[in-house]
Amino acid sequence: MTSQTQPDDKSADSTRATEMLSGAAMVIRALADEGVEYLYGYPGGAVLHIYDALFQQNKVKHVLVRHEQAATHMADAYARASGKAGVVLVTSGPGATNAVTGIATAYMDSIPMVVLTGQVMSHLIGGDAFQETDMLGISRPICKHNMSVRRPEDIPYLIKKAFHIAQTGRPGPVVLDIPKDMTMPNQKFAYHYPAEINLRSYQPKLKGHSGQIKKAVTALLGAKKPILYAGGGVIMGSASNELTELAKLLNLPVTNTLMGLGAYPADDKQFIGMLGMHGSYEANQTMHHADVILAVGARFDDRVTNNTKKFCPDATIIHIDIDPASISKTINTHIPIVGLVQPVLTEMLEVLKQKKKKLDSAALQQWWQQIDQWRAVHGGRYDTTAPLLKPQYVIEQVSKITKGEAYVCSDVGQHQMFAAQYYKFNKPNRWINSGGLGTMGFGLPAAMGVKLNYPDADVVCVTGEGSIQMNIQELSTCKQYGLGVKIINLNNGYLGMVKQWQDMNYESRYASSYMDSLPDFVKLAEAYGHVGIRVTTPEELQPALERAFALKDRLVFLDIHIDPKEHVYPMQVPGGAMNDMFLSKTERT
Amino acid sequence: MRHIISVLLENESGALARLVGLFAQRGYNIDSLNVAATEDPTLSRLTLVTHGNDQVIEQISKQLHKLIEVVKVSDISEAAHIERELMLVKVKASGNQREEVKRCADIFRGQIIDVTPATYTIQLVGTSDKLDAFIQALGTTPIMEVVRSGASGIARGEKTLAL
Repeated sequence: MTSQTQPDDKSADSTRATEMLSGAAMVIRALADEGVEYLYGYPGGAVLHIYDALFQQNKVKHVLVRHEQAATHMADAYARASGKAGVVLVTSGPGATNAVTGIATAYMDSIPMVVLTGQVMSHLIGGDAFQETDMLGISRPICKHNMSVRRPEDIPYLIKKAFHIAQTGRPGPVVLDIPKDMTMPNQKFAYHYPAEINLRSYQPKLKGHSGQIKKAVTALLGAKKPILYAGGGVIMGSASNELTELAKLLNLPVTNTLMGLGAYPADDKQFIGMLGMHGSYEANQTMHHADVILAVGARFDDRVTNNTKKFCPDATIIHIDIDPASISKTINTHIPIVGLVQPVLTEMLEVLKQKKKKLDSAALQQWWQQIDQWRAVHGGRYDTTAPLLKPQYVIEQVSKITKGEAYVCSDVGQHQMFAAQYYKFNKPNRWINSGGLGTMGFGLPAAMGVKLNYPDADVVCVTGEGSIQMNIQELSTCKQYGLGVKIINLNNGYLGMVKQWQDMNYESRYASSYMDSLPDFVKLAEAYGHVGIRVTTPEELQPALERAFALKDRLVFLDIHIDPKEHVYPMQVPGGAMNDMFLSKTERT
Repeated sequence: MRHIISVLLENESGALARLVGLFAQRGYNIDSLNVAATEDPTLSRLTLVTHGNDQVIEQISKQLHKLIEVVKVSDISEAAHIERELMLVKVKASGNQREEVKRCADIFRGQIIDVTPATYTIQLVGTSDKLDAFIQALGTTPIMEVVRSGASGIARGEKTLAL
């Protein structure tokens, strides 16, 4: 996706120096020069000049969503799958505010994204003009950076700057606010797209400190009960291979966070599952009892640590992260290493290979025996004898039929946790979910963004009847662009995770967690021009899945009626340590 | 613990709002804030007085540094430094009190910079503690108005916070 057409040498420069473009044309041209293929958006008054410029070229293709939130999630999911920034174009006022949830979603998960928002004419700003909102003010706390255009000739520089900031260091969304008068079609300026940007105030660290890396290796080799705890930084930092090599070299147990699923292959015997609130019994036990924790691109989120005061009492913590502010934020780190995960792990591997000292193999063997005992305690069991369909079973079957290789885009709730626990992610960038913000409505647009960019891949949207209705209108966009997403709607008639908490903490008083008057999802899918299949018994599941995945180019909406009483387990006991867990409705540690 | 944090910031619109917003969003305290352009008009120098435990102060420094427009951050109270704040105080000064206020201002090396038959306006420069002490020392003198700049700070010796 790096541009081949970009004028990065002098001869190219001189031939292009005289090219005169309007601000609107510059926006689109800069995106083309950046190598952007798809722009997700929705037109409106303030961006009409830009849309007109878009119409008059064919390098950048536009995807018209039905609600701006979906545009942001499409761009976001593309970024999660590809590692490159997704790009959004929306109008001022409501167009921009509708994008806010999507920007915040990307921000919480450190996803690179460039959001172009229209703005009213410069001279009207501050006067409560029609469709005016202070988008810089609104987006400031939920994006990595934001900027506005003050002179049309700055547009190429600002767009390059936006991509630079979004994609380097700890990635994140960048908002560029463009007043309409910056894009006037009849005012033309010399166009030059900078090959690179150097900001004196923004110089993200890349390599780790070699002394710290050596210290970390020494600590790791002295461990008797080590664990590798890997997060989303490994995925966005493309360091899966290095992580796997390190784990293999030292025979370390590996746990992935919700954001890190796929960073280490789930089918490998050293993988002990996800950790945290709904982590596996063995992952949480192993963490709690570890003497050395190597945290890689993870941020000790509250959904991982449980009570920070009781967190892993015996552990020496090594933490590799690109963001110094993530180090010792919630949990004190003993050996911090600031840098990109990939070069740091590479250097760590080099140091390790030169060392004569090895891990204490007897202690490690004992540690693995202990871990295997923990594995036997829960092992992701669920009731397989019940007559009603179990959500866990559905996910297992989806995992099987797609051989663990599909892109799984999830919404938020119980179904998300079941997907995280029971789908076997063997590759990075395949599990796409809103981990930090927990945005219901994320799943379908996310699946669309992935399917558009990876048309030959199986793309699954795991959702529930609550989440899917938050962006159901996008079924129309799917039809327009022929996006053959497979929707696994785990329908239990309840906002399942809310209901689970109400069962556990509110004596089953289901305050507003039951949805009456649900639509007939099969008819609804058909009304949008798609295929709908209802599944109500375990026997119907297999043939329905086979039919759905055989229909390669069609969107298939599988409305799967599951046991409404099911809870997600294990679940950490609030206020407890990592290893304080409920294991079922009747058992706890 | 009280800390004085100096920040070198790109002198761009929105940069200050982003910095102040950070404190509100993350629940950090601002006791005082003082900002102006430097000799290089593209840079602003900001002095921020805050308080918190070591972990909070460390996070404040790191989070400030994360802001794209922040060029440099330094906790100048970690080493030898000079701190100055400007205060303007308007007090009622008539009868016997008039002499007493003048004496008090002299003791604190303040200057009376505006006079009416019934008031004095006093200018005082010093550490924030000294300004607090002056207010205390005014005792029963009726204070009509107080304006304080917030502290500005600079490291002692050859250490600088510059590009």
